[in-house]
Amino acid sequence: MIKKTLSQDKSIKEFVLNNLVPIMFIVICAICIPVSGYSAPALVQEMLTRIARNSFLVISLLVPIMAGMGMNFGMTLGAMAGQIGLIFITEWGVVGIPALVLAAIVSTPISILLGWMCGKILNNAKGREMVTSYIISFFMNGVYQFIVLYCMGSVIPIKNSAILLPRGYGIRNSVNLINIRRVLDNLIPLRIGTVNVPVATYLVIALLCFFIIWFRKTKIGQDMRAVSQDMEVARRSGIKVEHTRLLSVIISTVLAGYGMIIYLSNMGSMNTYNAHSQIGTFSIAALLVGGASVAKASIGNVFLGVILFHMLFYVSPQAGKNLFGQAQLGEYFRVFVSYGVITIALVLYEMKKRRAAKLGGLTLAKAQEEK
Amino acid sequence: MNKMQRFIKEFGWPRLIIAAFLLSLVVIAPFAGVNIGTSLTDTIMRFSMNGVMVLAMVPMIHSGCGLNFGLPLGIIAGLLGGTLAMQFGFTGKLSFLMAIVLCTPFALLFGWAYGKLLNRVKGGEMMIATYVGFASVSFMCMMWLLLPYSNPQMVWGYGGSGLRTTISTEGYYYHVLSDFLNIKIGHLSIPTGSLLFFALLAFLMWAFLHTKKGTAMTAVGSNPIYARASGIKIDSIRTLSVIMSTWLGAVGILVYEQAFGFIQLYNGPFYMALPAVSAILIGGASVNKASITNVIVGTFLFQGIVTMTPSVMNSIIHTDMSEVIRIIVSNGMILYALTRKTEETR
Repeated sequence: MIKKTLSQDKSIKEFVLNNLVPIMFIVICAICIPVSGYSAPALVQEMLTRIARNSFLVISLLVPIMAGMGMNFGMTLGAMAGQIGLIFITEWGVVGIPALVLAAIVSTPISILLGWMCGKILNNAKGREMVTSYIISFFMNGVYQFIVLYCMGSVIPIKNSAILLPRGYGIRNSVNLINIRRVLDNLIPLRIGTVNVPVATYLVIALLCFFIIWFRKTKIGQDMRAVSQDMEVARRSGIKVEHTRLLSVIISTVLAGYGMIIYLSNMGSMNTYNAHSQIGTFSIAALLVGGASVAKASIGNVFLGVILFHMLFYVSPQAGKNLFGQAQLGEYFRVFVSYGVITIALVLYEMKKRRAAKLGGLTLAKAQEEK
Repeated sequence: MNKMQRFIKEFGWPRLIIAAFLLSLVVIAPFAGVNIGTSLTDTIMRFSMNGVMVLAMVPMIHSGCGLNFGLPLGIIAGLLGGTLAMQFGFTGKLSFLMAIVLCTPFALLFGWAYGKLLNRVKGGEMMIATYVGFASVSFMCMMWLLLPYSNPQMVWGYGGSGLRTTISTEGYYYHVLSDFLNIKIGHLSIPTGSLLFFALLAFLMWAFLHTKKGTAMTAVGSNPIYARASGIKIDSIRTLSVIMSTWLGAVGILVYEQAFGFIQLYNGPFYMALPAVSAILIGGASVNKASITNVIVGTFLFQGIVTMTPSVMNSIIHTDMSEVIRIIVSNGMILYALTRKTEETR
């Protein structure tokens, strides 16, 4: 009996430890929601919009995790490609759903190129993929700025004065995307009470989820999992390790590009030089909040994470205002929480990895002793 | 020819490109109508501002903790010291001394906790360091609003509480080091005090690395198994290196502020680690190897590019592309260093 409760205790402790981040978030949200004073329909509406807006981006992170490459900070590159696609459709004056599709088509080759490059570099930095992809995102941000701020309009033909800076070249800081604003969300209108449901966007996200589930079962998906388990073993069993890793980054980058197009079409305007740099941090934080780790993430983690993370993002400024009289405090708080969560998740992951390695060593020693 | 190739390989392509780039800037400068004297003054000035923060990279690289992307944590300690010294009403030269004294306990405490954390995540230090830095900066964003500072020069005028985003150090430690023994020759102005202060810290660091503890630190970084076999307590040496790094970061930001004239709070320290990291790498350091020479050469090259590019570029093509070039150069250098180490160990 005592033994049983002991094991129960242990399992509860393990459960809490394994799900520390989501549990913390649920507690913080439970405190902040009543304090903020938002009504239930308003919250539901906001959450539905935010899930539609962000899920695609967060799902794009799943493939490199599958291949054991950790959080792909390089998804920012895909976001840049998506933004370049959007700049071009605004220049060409295309409107509606065709514009979205065209932007996706334009972004694809750019994403593939950037993803290929990122994957090549990451293959040279095995074991430190995350910090490397993080620096790649900074590096490419410089290249992106060079192209968009100096080459567009001077080398690359852009003539639309609405998006061009007054000096004649370079894209404006903020581009109005009125031509595609909410086209996907409003494609199939559905209204329940006072809440609008963006059905078409959810259909697209569902399609992507099915793709991910299907992809896991394909040969390449299985290869990726083998590579994530042990690169050397995978190599010996005839899997092209480098090639598989490269492919996972390319897929992630392309998906991130599409995700960014969906995200920005929902926002309705594009912050040309900042939108992509924030999106990486927020997407990764959301995924980790959902209980994913650097080595393991599921579609369930994505949705739980997006809901919890964006719930806090939505309510915290108002909660800060009601509690301390300063909305600014709430804003700082949510930034702190998103960075804090990533820190905790990374630390827990590294500690677990070390513990597993130690345990592996001990069992091996024991096995040898028994012989 | 073979010798040449080996030299290039050891020196590294990116470093060669950066050095050539800086050299071409210097050559072009007179033709573009840029005064070399003012550029040199700016470069030396910036060198003296940033040198200590680059020096802060050395201990952690030596002990094998990698590049200290968590420098903002040290900067936070420095900011606390600086603002507290002003709050307690110290003025003039004394305020700088008191700022260093007051920042020390914070730096020791933060560094100790940060070092303990890094000991538990060996192998993944750099990524976690980055986020420890970010998390601490954003946590302090809230604290700057909430802490009960009351010096009217520092808090927001209308509310009477919460620190301002930028605080002038005028009347406190503004230029205490830069103006000390300042030498002026025509356009050239040399902040001797700041340079001497940097030289002192650099010398202390060099001397420390040659003591028994310092040698142990290098051993831990270059060969941890050998270090353990020879009876060195790896974890405590690593913690010591992190504490040193954090304290140097704290002092570094104070030196920066006294020359710059302003304390930047809130989001100010967010990306301050990257220039320091890339500076030491440009100077020839790698992820697990760094010397004082690397610090001096790297800071000079990096700051040289940062000061020369805008002025030269502006007068040639009339657009300011310096920001873009700075981003590409500094991050490209870090990227190169990160991808190189695995090739060596392979």
